[in-house]
Amino acid sequence: MLRAKPEAIRNLQYLYMLIKQLSIFLENKKGRFTEVTGLLGAAGINMTAFTVSENSDFGILRLIVSDPEAAWNVLKENRYAVSITDVVCIQMPDNPGALAKVMDIITNAGIFIEYMYAFSSGKIAMGIIRPDNIEKTVEVLSQNKVELLATSELFSL
Amino acid sequence: MIWNETMECMSREDMRKLQGIRLKRTVERVYHNCEPYRKRMQEKGVTPNDIQTIDDIAKLPFTSKSDLRDYYPFGLLSVPMSEIVRLQASSGTTGKPIVVGYTRNDLNIWGEVGARCFTSYGLGKNDVVQVSYGYGLFTGGLGAHAAVETIGGAVLPMSSGNTEKQIMLMHDFGSVGLACTPSYALYLADALLDSKIPREEFKLKIGAFGAEPWTEGMRKELQEKLGIKAYDLYGLTEIIGPGVGHECEYQDGTHLCEDHFYPEIVDPVTGEPLPPGATGELVFSTITKEGMPLLRFRTRDLTSLNYETCRCGRTSVRMSRILGRCDDMLIIRGVNVFPSQVESVICEIPQLEPHYLLIVDRINNLDSFEVQVEVKDAFFSDEMSKLMELKKYISHRLQSVLGISPDVKLVEPRSIERSQGKAKRVIDKRMLK
Repeated sequence: MLRAKPEAIRNLQYLYMLIKQLSIFLENKKGRFTEVTGLLGAAGINMTAFTVSENSDFGILRLIVSDPEAAWNVLKENRYAVSITDVVCIQMPDNPGALAKVMDIITNAGIFIEYMYAFSSGKIAMGIIRPDNIEKTVEVLSQNKVELLATSELFSL
Repeated sequence: MIWNETMECMSREDMRKLQGIRLKRTVERVYHNCEPYRKRMQEKGVTPNDIQTIDDIAKLPFTSKSDLRDYYPFGLLSVPMSEIVRLQASSGTTGKPIVVGYTRNDLNIWGEVGARCFTSYGLGKNDVVQVSYGYGLFTGGLGAHAAVETIGGAVLPMSSGNTEKQIMLMHDFGSVGLACTPSYALYLADALLDSKIPREEFKLKIGAFGAEPWTEGMRKELQEKLGIKAYDLYGLTEIIGPGVGHECEYQDGTHLCEDHFYPEIVDPVTGEPLPPGATGELVFSTITKEGMPLLRFRTRDLTSLNYETCRCGRTSVRMSRILGRCDDMLIIRGVNVFPSQVESVICEIPQLEPHYLLIVDRINNLDSFEVQVEVKDAFFSDEMSKLMELKKYISHRLQSVLGISPDVKLVEPRSIERSQGKAKRVIDKRMLK
């Protein structure tokens, strides 16, 4: 019988924990957001989280969707500048101090967070994190028993 | 390849003699047949007898675009209307267009100089050449058309627009050459990519681009995107249209057909002739045309001339890339800015598409200067800081070339309007106020 090497299993688990986030370049113009959401809706793509980061002339819309590849295709066809970035999603109880605990782990591991955004659904809260070293983040969070969600789990909540 | 070795490789001395003879004949023609010229020459105290060699040209008065407007439509013709077989006109963005009349012989000359251009690009009688300049009053389409017919190639008279059909026929008919404006060529390059037809199924090898100033960076971009060699095809409606000059295989300056169109460089302010090699305003005299000869026509184009024999064997004078039109020059916060300078910077930055738009305005008595650029898809970053860094870098590069600092704005891919004719790259709102 063939046995998978332990590091290969770890590698698979690691890949499983990465979430594909869409990033879209949008000019600060009326109706841009309406158009993007309209296109995704018409293509039957569900959004579970998003955030906008902006300056005076443009913004970056970051989205977690049910089918990132299909969304990427739809947006590309409509000539949007869009890219896919790996992020991780942490799950924690919606309690005071829960996020602080996770942040402690990340900071102590010397990891820098490029950006993050969070949402809550009653008793549990989720945070999407884009760290500078994603592999290390997955490793230290797993070691410290922080729960990470895969894309499929995120959409079955 | 050289179409007319006798004329294109003539010794400088013989060329000057020939130019002298032809100038004298032209001056006689206009003096006796065109009243505005006669009056101008009389005012300056010059008669046809004063013109013996080509050097005497400096004695003659200048003509300008405004003369063409003042004598609209036929006041500068030097032959009766019965001799005119074709009329062309420039778009004329302000008021009346500029009209040019051609005799049958003028059309033959146009075909001859065009043939020199297309031959020097390496095109010949076995090639299909797609002419995607606009057909009509604009000289681009019919000028390139005559050139291809003269060399015996097969003209595909597409005119501009209808891009999908352009790509389809380019593919199905196996066009080897493409003649259009550089901005439309860029547009076609994008359409070719979108068509998803593999490049190797196209036979396209050579581009003949002109009718608007373009830079070395734009050439590189076009050559890479289209997988061709891109050559300058120079011309002005007032002089004849495309065919006034062309590049050769060495792409080291634009050879001028100087046995028909005699070039001078003068100081754009004083009008004084400048020594060989100096940069100044290009002035043309047509020395063979019959219908509407122009003497010392001020083109407003800024360039310099090189009289050395070219590696291709041609002795014909070469013009360096046009720096810009005196009229294109923008004065922003007191600094002279040419759109071509902005283009050269933008084409050097790999992250950017070669499209841009300059918007100049006056807000609270201060000039604002915005440069809109498109970031290539592949370089789009998810991180705001990287995009801001890029923006800062572009601004810095522009400032070092222009001497003033523009407000750089990154815009969405393909949001800057693609042109199918001459590109509109400047919006000067100060003129509207």
